[in-house]
Amino acid sequence: MNIPGNIITLIAGILLTLISLWYGQNHGLMPIEASQGAAEVDDLFNLMMTIATGLFLIVQGVLVYSIFKFRRQKGDKTDGPGIEGNVPLEIVWTAIPTVIVFILALYSFEVYNNLGGLDSETSRDFPQEEMQMAENQNQGKMVAFNPHQGHLSLGIGNANADIEVDVNGIQYAWIFTYPDSGVVSGELHVPINKQIKLNMKAGDVIHAFWVPQLRLKQDVLPGRESTFAFNANRIGDYPIICAELCGAYHGGMKTTLHVESEEDYQKWIQENTFASAQEKADTMAMMTQPMTKESRLEMHSHHLGVNSETLAQLHH
Amino acid sequence: MTTNIVSEKSQHKERKLRDYFTFNTDHKVIGIQYLVTSFLFYFIGGAFAEVVRTELATPDPDIVSPELYNQLFTLHGTIMIFLWIVPAGAAFANYLIPLMIGAEDMAFPRLNAVAFWLIPPGGVLLLSSFLVGAPQSGWTSYPPLSLMSGKWGEEIWIVSVLLLGTSSILGAINFATTILKMRIKDMDLHSMPLFCWAMLATSALILLSTPVLAGALILLSFDLIAGTSFFNPTGGGDPVVYQHLFWFYSHPAVYIMIMPFFGVISEVIPVHSRKPIFGYRAIAYSSLAISFLGLIVWAHHMFTSGTPGWLRMFFMATTMLIAVPTGIKVFSWCATLWGGKIELNSPMLFAMGFVSSFLIGGLTGVMVASVPFDIHVHDTYFIVGHFHYVLFGGSALALFSGFYHWFPKMTGKNYNEGLGQLHFILTFIGLNITFMPMHQLGLMGMNRRIALYDVQFQPLNLLSTAGAYVMAVSTLPFIINVIWSLTKGTQAERNPWRALTLEWQTASPPIIENFEEEPVLWSGPYDYGIDDEEQEEESVSDMLADVSAK
Repeated sequence: MNIPGNIITLIAGILLTLISLWYGQNHGLMPIEASQGAAEVDDLFNLMMTIATGLFLIVQGVLVYSIFKFRRQKGDKTDGPGIEGNVPLEIVWTAIPTVIVFILALYSFEVYNNLGGLDSETSRDFPQEEMQMAENQNQGKMVAFNPHQGHLSLGIGNANADIEVDVNGIQYAWIFTYPDSGVVSGELHVPINKQIKLNMKAGDVIHAFWVPQLRLKQDVLPGRESTFAFNANRIGDYPIICAELCGAYHGGMKTTLHVESEEDYQKWIQENTFASAQEKADTMAMMTQPMTKESRLEMHSHHLGVNSETLAQLHH
Repeated sequence: MTTNIVSEKSQHKERKLRDYFTFNTDHKVIGIQYLVTSFLFYFIGGAFAEVVRTELATPDPDIVSPELYNQLFTLHGTIMIFLWIVPAGAAFANYLIPLMIGAEDMAFPRLNAVAFWLIPPGGVLLLSSFLVGAPQSGWTSYPPLSLMSGKWGEEIWIVSVLLLGTSSILGAINFATTILKMRIKDMDLHSMPLFCWAMLATSALILLSTPVLAGALILLSFDLIAGTSFFNPTGGGDPVVYQHLFWFYSHPAVYIMIMPFFGVISEVIPVHSRKPIFGYRAIAYSSLAISFLGLIVWAHHMFTSGTPGWLRMFFMATTMLIAVPTGIKVFSWCATLWGGKIELNSPMLFAMGFVSSFLIGGLTGVMVASVPFDIHVHDTYFIVGHFHYVLFGGSALALFSGFYHWFPKMTGKNYNEGLGQLHFILTFIGLNITFMPMHQLGLMGMNRRIALYDVQFQPLNLLSTAGAYVMAVSTLPFIINVIWSLTKGTQAERNPWRALTLEWQTASPPIIENFEEEPVLWSGPYDYGIDDEEQEEESVSDMLADVSAK
């Protein structure tokens, strides 16, 4: 290789690195970060974006360069050089991706651990504990679910949650119950910078609880409880989206997460405590006896904004 | 050489049109039957996708009812997977394997015909589900939703997929046996074309994983019809167990859909760049590595399903590891192109388009393997974009590449090069406009499988829908090209590409039992530029003269 070739390669390499680094930080593809966890996920994504941009440019560059440089001349019937391989080169392009995925796996592990995914309290991997939890549950409440159910979850340190909220996912709405105050709501209100733990159950089919601004998602299963813990650090309204296909009106199953100041949150709780008392009784009644989807939905229809048309669709 | 003593296939000397509509045991007839059938379903599944995209042009569910919308995307997925890509892979395997290894036919010709003839009833049955209300729980059919949304549509879906899965298993038995047992004497495993390696790895994967899907669907069927509770939580069943069983097949299914086309690309690129494939053994063994790793990654579809943390970490590691053998292939194809003499014809354009867009699917594939990131994008349009880059940008582009490459061999006619290139340009532009915006939609918060979405996502959805229409238009030059070439195309030569694999040593189209006499292996499959240039040219023409003399 002559000197100009070297210089061109060098310049191309520097450019490629700079473009990758710049795009990895400035892609602007993610929504607002509303928690520390979201920021950590984004840092991981930015690194993956940087590496992906570099690899993308190298391979597409080779393809485009080949089209112009190695195009066959008209009438040329000869073959190219008979190169069948190059062991050092092949070792390099096996080793580099191996190192990259090794780093990404370790980094992902770290982020996942920080999110609380490997917290024994959170993910409840230990069978003994799992059994105990299931037992406690069955004593405390009337649950029609089988006893060998496990606790499955995702979240940040939910062992010491400041506020717990019970979540029930049904076609096509979310119902939030605040056990401390008895408030029942179709929207989720939480104070900023508090450890929140959601105890989630589904009433009919599998749903998934997703808040894009928290970068967290957890399936909500019928017959099992799953948890979802977060600590929002940014005041605002964020969408809560059902991310698991749950029927014809799956696209309409969404509500709002209101992250508020402590005062606003307390005010909201006060305002709703009395109004929700009757509804809570309904909810408890609902939990104690097996009900059909229709009767369960009717009970909540008045405050969920489910119209009669939707109900009629469900009745057939 | 062959254990087949039935001579049904040689009842007559000439291949007649009606043979293609009968239970024929000639692997070439079966290959064409597979290919034509799969393309019929491609147009049906494509039409469904166009309706889905039209619905998504606006945020409101206004074109079709939400129920019909769910039916359409359920059948779009099912058709494209089980009735297009998988049978199209089997089409190439059926047509090419015996020719590439110098055999007269497949090891079990009648089993081969049975495998094909399970497909039309399976496909018709699936479409007939519209009469009773088609399934609407997605191609994944997760209980309890699948147990609650239309009993008979769901049952028809199950029976149909069972038929198609059985067909796939029978085909795989045949491919593996044929490749292992029926090669001509001189051809050892390391001198057979890489397409055969790819099919060997694919067949292993089919045989190991498809029966598990069958088991899962039969249990689901019991829950649906007999009221059992294998997966139904109201009776104590566990819906997550279904997900494990389902994905134990359905993740390998991705490799079942892509690996035959890796094989196609490894055939096309050396021929049209006049260079040996770079790193034959690395490509061959990486197929086996993908096949093995493909069996232990299934739970990466379940990172939010309620799987324990350690299990998520294990499946993240194995999934990321697949990037290594896949990367080896992509780099080897690029190195094959490098320094070659590239002819930018339709097969090569589609092959290079494949490398370009499959790369994007591969890069996003590593991203979604990362648990914390996947938790955000799981079940969003990011995933939809990712797997369409793998399966359309990957499998489908390679399918078209192989289609043009072997069209002269299969039909004996030359295709129209201009129309082929127009087909490529429209497809490549269309697919990028359709699928690229989906990544951003998913990251920003648009979930999948919805007819109704937030109004902020409309501009990108509109762009994606426009791309889908470009893809619809791209099928026109393809259809015109096929009809025009079959009726008015010039007679194809025996070996128009001056390729070295054995299928090019016989007539175009090949005679009924493939070769006039057992072919001689006089070079490796990719020995371009290896011999002295003149000598090689001589030996090619010598060989051809020799063969045609007899």
